[in-house]
Amino acid sequence: MSIDREMVKRLGILSRLRIPEENMDEMVGELTKILGWVDQLKDVDTDNVLPMNSVVEDMKLREREDEITDGNIRNEILANAPESMDGYFLVPKVVE
Amino acid sequence: MSYIIKGETGDWEIVVGLEVHCEVISKAKLFSGAATAFGSEPNTQVSFVDAGFPGMLPVINHECVEQAIRTGFGLNATINKKSIFARKNYYYADLPNGYQISQSDHPIISDGYIDVDLENGETRRIGIERLHLEQDAGKLMHDQHPSKTFVDLNRAGVALMEIVSRPDIRSPEEAGAYLRKLRSIVRYIGSCDGNMDEGSMRCDANVSVHRPGEPFGTRAEIKNVNSIRFVMQAIEYEAMRQVELIESGGKVVQETRKFDSVKGETKSMRSKETAVDYRYFYDPDLIPLVLDDALIERLRSEMPELPDAKKKRFIQDYNLPAYDAGQLVAEKEIANYFEAAAKGHDAKKVANYIMGDLFAVLNKQGKSISESPVKPENLGRMVDLINDGTISSRIAKDVFIFMVEEGKTPDEIVAEKGLKQVTDTSAIEKMVDDVLASNPDKVAEYKGGKEKLLGWFVGQAMRASKGKANPAMLNEMVKKKLDA
Repeated sequence: MSIDREMVKRLGILSRLRIPEENMDEMVGELTKILGWVDQLKDVDTDNVLPMNSVVEDMKLREREDEITDGNIRNEILANAPESMDGYFLVPKVVE
Repeated sequence: MSYIIKGETGDWEIVVGLEVHCEVISKAKLFSGAATAFGSEPNTQVSFVDAGFPGMLPVINHECVEQAIRTGFGLNATINKKSIFARKNYYYADLPNGYQISQSDHPIISDGYIDVDLENGETRRIGIERLHLEQDAGKLMHDQHPSKTFVDLNRAGVALMEIVSRPDIRSPEEAGAYLRKLRSIVRYIGSCDGNMDEGSMRCDANVSVHRPGEPFGTRAEIKNVNSIRFVMQAIEYEAMRQVELIESGGKVVQETRKFDSVKGETKSMRSKETAVDYRYFYDPDLIPLVLDDALIERLRSEMPELPDAKKKRFIQDYNLPAYDAGQLVAEKEIANYFEAAAKGHDAKKVANYIMGDLFAVLNKQGKSISESPVKPENLGRMVDLINDGTISSRIAKDVFIFMVEEGKTPDEIVAEKGLKQVTDTSAIEKMVDDVLASNPDKVAEYKGGKEKLLGWFVGQAMRASKGKANPAMLNEMVKKKLDA
């Protein structure tokens, strides 16, 4: 699979990253190389091998009881927010 | 009968699939110990996990898993012993992590169905593709400030069950029936309160149109419709819009649309250029969820009786018509009330009073059945009094109103107000004689051929008895006396 400038631009938008025009060609090259390496993995014969979803598959997912053990820490939650008011986070107006 | 849109150029059929988000009933959130209660002060039910602080790890709430499994049984579905959580990536201020923890290709529940009853008495089976667990998002308020959006993360991280139907729905009516049935099931199970107006149940509708016999058309998705009536309206409008678009030479594009309930129309939400790409991948913070057989079997054995089984039982045990049984089982509380009232009494008559007089009163007073002013045992007793001849069904209407107003037993009311039916032949004869004696002119008219007056005499005599005369006996007596 190859990567073109359009694709890099789109990835930038999806990742909320600004990619300067002068870095475009470099990004295209590097991403293409990375995908090339991933492509090599396809050479490995994985027939009859179940996909591994986690490196600790023998472990059981840890669960919690349905108890309220957290919350009521609004000041801490809002402490790092650039802006807040009346207990709310404030962000630039976003109407989708 | 199938739903057909008559276009300018011929007939069109519609195909609908629904995605319903049900907020899970649990004390704490899906992956954190913060509370889920509705209507608290902003950001007070938020943990560092919910707020997306660095280094925080999600730990799943076992109760939410159980709720999903119970609901899976309710949907006649497969409980998958292994399911996997994935990150659905998007950037929006209602989701501080930049991704929602959801399930993609390995949902906890798959391949189910529910049967829905239609107006014409038909039953349609609607397939369920899947149910998966995911996090709800926070709430945004855009109208508090000229240039800022207010963010409340109390709802962020509350567990949702997303229930995806197969594209088996063929009309707005079927969509409405599907949603009502789904709501009924989750309420019976207690896994979701099903309140669409509070947002604890929300619906997206995928709609397409095609010519009969041809493949399905391109679908548009209508997002976040918040009442059953609006879902039906949105589908009807959207299908019509697509037909008109195609017939005038246009093409339906796969897009997300929003329903404007005031105007009753749908409009495009996102343009193609900004179309999202969720880039799902398995969440490295969570290993697969593996369910053991003991848990699944325990939950299966604890399942309550669901609407379909209850309906069948009501038809069998109480001899109710299918329609009545369907009405009574739609809500668990109504079904319980019916059983409490019908036990040992004339069930069909009890059902009639519940669906008629009682529903009318509850409707008028804006009350639910659990707040009913008439106790179920009193309703059952009133039916007994009708059946054993103590009161007529006409008087029963009054007794019912007294029960609503005074909350007393029907026996007390009948005794206090002297409402016992008069069945004594000589007493009835006397009333009729009196009426005839004081209306000789009308008697003459009757004998002269004006037979319509029969009803008038019965009415007069009934009034004289203060409504207490046995109607059949009175009728007969009037006729006998006049024709003598």
